[in-house]
Amino acid sequence: MTGDMLINYALGILFLPLVSFIILIFLGKRLPRQGDIVAIGTIVFTLILSLAMFGSMLLSHDPLFNHEASFTWMDLGDFKIELGFLIDNITIIMLLVVSLISTMTHIFSTKYMEGDIRYSRYYAYLGLFTFSMNGIVLANNLVSLYIFWELVGVSSYLLIGHWFEKDSAADASKKAFLTNRVGDIGFFIGLMIVFTALGTFNYAEVFEGVAKGALSGTLLTFAGIGLFMGAVGKSSQFPLHIWLPDAMEGPTPVSALMHAATMVAAGVYLSVRLFPLFTPDALLFIAYTGGFTAIFAATIAITQNDIKKVLAYSTVSQLGYMILAVGTGAYVAGFFHLVTHAMFKACLFYGSGSVIHAMHHSLHNLKDHDTDPQDMRNMGGFKSKMPITYWTMLIATLAISGVPLFSGFLSKDAVLAGTLSFASHHPQHFLLPVFGFSAALITAFYMFRLIFMTFHNKPKLPNVYKDIHESPKPMVFPLILLSSLSVFIFYTLPYFNPLSDHGWFMELIKAKDSMVPGNPSAHYIAEGMHHSHNLTMILSILVASLGILLSWAVYIKNSISADDWSKKLSIYYNLSLNKYYFDENYNKYLYQPFLRLSNRVSYIDWDLYDKYFINGFGHITKWLSMISGRTDYDGLDQTIIDGLGRSMGKAGSSLKEIQTGRLQNYMLFALFGVIIIIIFQSF
Amino acid sequence: MDNLQTYLYISAILFSLGLYGVITRRNGIAVLMGVELILNSANINFVAFARFGGMNFSGQVFALFVIIMAAAEAAVALAIIINVFNNLDTVNIDDARELKL
Amino acid sequence: MDNFAFGLIIAITLGSALMVVVSKQLLYSAIALLFTLFGVAGLYIFMWADFMAGVQVVVYIGGILVLLIFGIMLTNKISSVNISHTSLQRGIGAVVTLGVLGFLIPMIKNTSWMQVASIEPNQTAESIGRLLMMDFLLPFEVASLLLLGALIGAAMLSRNTN
Repeated sequence: MTGDMLINYALGILFLPLVSFIILIFLGKRLPRQGDIVAIGTIVFTLILSLAMFGSMLLSHDPLFNHEASFTWMDLGDFKIELGFLIDNITIIMLLVVSLISTMTHIFSTKYMEGDIRYSRYYAYLGLFTFSMNGIVLANNLVSLYIFWELVGVSSYLLIGHWFEKDSAADASKKAFLTNRVGDIGFFIGLMIVFTALGTFNYAEVFEGVAKGALSGTLLTFAGIGLFMGAVGKSSQFPLHIWLPDAMEGPTPVSALMHAATMVAAGVYLSVRLFPLFTPDALLFIAYTGGFTAIFAATIAITQNDIKKVLAYSTVSQLGYMILAVGTGAYVAGFFHLVTHAMFKACLFYGSGSVIHAMHHSLHNLKDHDTDPQDMRNMGGFKSKMPITYWTMLIATLAISGVPLFSGFLSKDAVLAGTLSFASHHPQHFLLPVFGFSAALITAFYMFRLIFMTFHNKPKLPNVYKDIHESPKPMVFPLILLSSLSVFIFYTLPYFNPLSDHGWFMELIKAKDSMVPGNPSAHYIAEGMHHSHNLTMILSILVASLGILLSWAVYIKNSISADDWSKKLSIYYNLSLNKYYFDENYNKYLYQPFLRLSNRVSYIDWDLYDKYFINGFGHITKWLSMISGRTDYDGLDQTIIDGLGRSMGKAGSSLKEIQTGRLQNYMLFALFGVIIIIIFQSF
Repeated sequence: MDNLQTYLYISAILFSLGLYGVITRRNGIAVLMGVELILNSANINFVAFARFGGMNFSGQVFALFVIIMAAAEAAVALAIIINVFNNLDTVNIDDARELKL
Repeated sequence: MDNFAFGLIIAITLGSALMVVVSKQLLYSAIALLFTLFGVAGLYIFMWADFMAGVQVVVYIGGILVLLIFGIMLTNKISSVNISHTSLQRGIGAVVTLGVLGFLIPMIKNTSWMQVASIEPNQTAESIGRLLMMDFLLPFEVASLLLLGALIGAAMLSRNTN
């Protein structure tokens, strides 16, 4: 496929969902079936275009493929902003991932959101989101990335708050958007530093500038960290992770699309794209952020009882992995994990959606509105009633736990190899692999806990259990598709070694050298990974098995009692269950003082400024106009104008006395006149 | 003493007195008397100039005409005053002021 | 002797004239007017205009003055209280009159009058008659017409309307 064709396809992929959005927003309610056909049609077409691009990529098999096209958006002389597309292998894979998961979501939602009161608007917003996400992926410069970044945040806000009549949903959508914005402050600072130093926003030109040394040292570190803060917000890393668990208030397909596979992956994508400009210090910061998040979120997930919350924290943890990979230099591994994670996490979310859907139906039939359909303690034994859901979720769980033969094993293995190699070169950062491997163990534990509590054992609520049934085909189809994509084979073709990640993916996605002078080259990093590969593999299999074993012991065999341990370690249990009280502390130490400050400021503005200053102007104007009125009415009108009239009247009445009617008076006047004339004549 | 100036002075004085009478007197007939004085002063002027201007008799002829006029005018004026007296029952000319404002 | 008589005539004339305009009694004014007219006639004599003096006495005194006295008698209200015969604008009237006098006298004094020597005529009647019939014929006829008009007018004005 020629470069131009690619650009045209890219334009189609980008703007078709936007067209769907516009049509559905304005005409949605009036279309048959509320317009979901339009949405599904456009997204399927987008998927076809992405597949075409993907096919062309496979066929040309060029790891260095790179095609850019841009246009000038703003030209003010010495300030120019150009926007455009960058299409390389990473872009194409991301486009495919986004289109695929979006299509799955569209199909899944036909059944999940059936009968919803804002059905057409839901599909419109899905279109808007797909448009924005593709925009991020296709951007070739930081400005258009930022524009679409914000758009994705808006779509997230709109979709999380889909059921905005629920207070919790409205609050959660606000929280998501605002937390994102906090991260975006850092992003913007980084953006401005880059522009001030290098005068351009375009990736390629920025990297050139960094390589030449136009931006270096501490300033470059700051720029890097600033830009990374955007990723911290968007990808829900510590300390801005608070929004993702709350975002589970949105519909489950939305959670699958945005908060598992794509939107949160945008942060990782950003880090991957900007990898060449991170200094070693910035990379260290990134690595620790990712590593800490990975283990920290995992420790919370162990105790959660809501099925979606477990998955949410799991997502945070896995995103931590990806960020960790970028930080240690193995950013391709991070990207790989992004792709595999998108598949199996979306599958897990759809599966949980299927389970919740079944629970809803059953509870609805029983007219039970109190039992929480998402609480795992109300489930159990669903294996026999929902076999397809069970098997697909099991496959996805095996993938996420890093069991060999599944895609997750390959990607997690690559990430962990990266951390091990980094630590072996920099032994003082031993914590990073510790974080990585511990998180892997805990991940395996709690994911299997989820499976066991939901699908195994005896049902906890038998009368609810009676009505549980498998979900309809549109809901089951994505499960099957995505779970099959979680098997290793799709990533290692044309090779069939389940223990090696060598395949089309790794061949087509080649790591780029960092542009920062002094950073290890991609080759060096790859070499290191290769060396630690075997050790990693052994360790990760070990850790995964340990996790699964523990989970089995606690939840199936009941040889270790969860309740006893939770009582013994009650402090830790409570900390974990309450998410380390993050929200409460943020509220006490951040939100409340800020609200108090706002109150103070508003008092100054409202009660003081408005009342005295602004109203004062009003009073002065009133007073001035009163004076002016008086001058005009009393002064001018009465005194001068009327006065003139009155004096004329008086003059007239006095002058009329001259005409006395007496002849002699007239004669006198005539004589007077004569005398005066004579006097004048004689002088 | 018998020069032109003397007569002219006399004439001027008579004229002023007659003027004073016209503009001051309230009775209509008294006003008429004032008018006669004025006419007489004019006559004196005419005759004086006749005498001192080469005995030109035109001056005297003119004075004659003036006397004729004075007679006619006095007759008519008196008729008017009598009429006014009959209508307004007064000869005070101040009272004949219908044309006042 | 001449001068004395002359001065006397002047005094009579001017004094009577003053009485005419000043007197509060109307009849006194009329009598004073009589004397004034006599005085003027005397002045005519001094000015070699004997015919004029005669005409003055006959027409003015005999005609006009009598007419005036008739008028006084006819318009006299016996029952009325003697109200002042002079009006309220005496003061200003005097000022104006003096003003007029004030400019006339200097004017007379300062003008160089053209005087031609003249001889005393024997009688003036013939000369006047000749002029009347030759040079001033038209004014003479017109004057008679005027008198006719005045006669008719006066008669018309004073007739009884009922």
